[in-house]
Amino acid sequence: MKHLLSINDLSKVDAISILDTAQELARVSDGPMKKLPTLRGRTIVNLFAEDSTRTRISFEAAAKRLSADVINFSSKGSSISKGESLKDTAQTLQAMGADAVIIRHSASGAAQRLADSKWMSGSVINAGDGTHEHPSQALLDAFTIRKHLSKGADDLTGLRVAIVGDVLHSRVARSNVLLLSKLGAQVVLVAPPTLLPVGVESWPCQISYDLDEVIANVDAIMMLRIQLERMSEMYFPNAREYSRYFGLNSDRIRAMKAGAIVMHPGPMNRGLEITADAADGARSVIVEQVANGVSIRMAILYLLLAGNQEFAETGVSS
Amino acid sequence: MGLALPAPDIARALIRISHEILERNSGSANITLLGIPTRGAHLAKRIASAMEKIEGTSVQMGTLDITLHRDDLRMRAPRALMPTVIPPLGVEGRDVVLIDDVLFSGRTIRAALDALGEIGRPKSVQLAVLVDRGHRQLPIRADFVGKNLPTSIEQSVVVHLTELDGADEVLIEGPLP
Repeated sequence: MKHLLSINDLSKVDAISILDTAQELARVSDGPMKKLPTLRGRTIVNLFAEDSTRTRISFEAAAKRLSADVINFSSKGSSISKGESLKDTAQTLQAMGADAVIIRHSASGAAQRLADSKWMSGSVINAGDGTHEHPSQALLDAFTIRKHLSKGADDLTGLRVAIVGDVLHSRVARSNVLLLSKLGAQVVLVAPPTLLPVGVESWPCQISYDLDEVIANVDAIMMLRIQLERMSEMYFPNAREYSRYFGLNSDRIRAMKAGAIVMHPGPMNRGLEITADAADGARSVIVEQVANGVSIRMAILYLLLAGNQEFAETGVSS
Repeated sequence: MGLALPAPDIARALIRISHEILERNSGSANITLLGIPTRGAHLAKRIASAMEKIEGTSVQMGTLDITLHRDDLRMRAPRALMPTVIPPLGVEGRDVVLIDDVLFSGRTIRAALDALGEIGRPKSVQLAVLVDRGHRQLPIRADFVGKNLPTSIEQSVVVHLTELDGADEVLIEGPLP
């Protein structure tokens, strides 16, 4: 494994090995010394051509805990805002000796383009490309679900997960459907028909338009952000109606199974897709998701960068 | 391929090491055994239960993965991490005994000392190995040795343990010295 571009590139065994590695690395984050020498001397570039706080900071924290050098590069305040092409940016990074580039871009397929090109020789990690994929988010969600609900199993067989909201624009939903189903969970998407993408019937999941029908028999519910910047296109009549039909509130929280958890990839619109008491309640693992994100990203960086990729054709050795 | 240490010799060596550890530390009260996965962890379990039999009290025992501290990570394919389990009393102020199957270059133990330093500051660190085959590349020696095996650098020493390989034996492979 040289790049992490899409969940489709991972086998079930690969995905489980990332989760297991993250579990061991989480210990470091809990310990008194939050630093390991493992990636000393490696340079990692955070190339964020789209806004992000959580993902960028999380990758930065992960890289620093493994002692890599991190260069942050965002579109604002760089030559990307002057219209520099991805190719020229990549060649610049190559000349600076980047061992890995973590890329967030508004164009679907940007990470793939960078990995397939000969513009740079380092690893490429997709941190969200357009409405395509966000694999590290799906991995941290799977990690969080496994930690709370798998009862010691290494996959998610038998668990039911609902993903609720704007599936149409959500790379998080797409990556999660692929990964959670790969790990044996049953996924059900809940959204108004206008917020489901064309071709969703072919995804490995069920579809529902009624949250109340679904909520009582899921083990985890993942609320997606309503992207207010896209709401000029009238996907639903108004925010209040959306909240009433698809928002998570305290009544729906009470309808959930014992032990079921509430997740949100952030940033949240409190009062729209999730009420404050649902977001801060006892079932919520939203803050823990952020902490788990650092462990997962440490695992990704470790597995992509610590070994010698010339020997990596056979996967992870023990 | 020669049999260097048959099962009964391994059992006797581990019992002797258990006694030596207890003698050196005047009992097991302040001892924490840490096995280095994979085979060192199984040896640590056996030594712990031998010490418990001798002393009649429970012994603090865990495992210490050293992968993240290895100096040869870039020379191999990515390695899976093994579990690190620190027993309840931790390592702070304890007499820690590291346990591994074969002592060779000493690089694993160097990495183990780094990994241990990250968890806490033990009162002392000692090293027990089943086999010392020589050819050290670092100034490291074992406090407790099951068997010194003179080998040539071309040979390799293979340890099999019942828990993983179905039988207890130490083999030397490759040309004779």
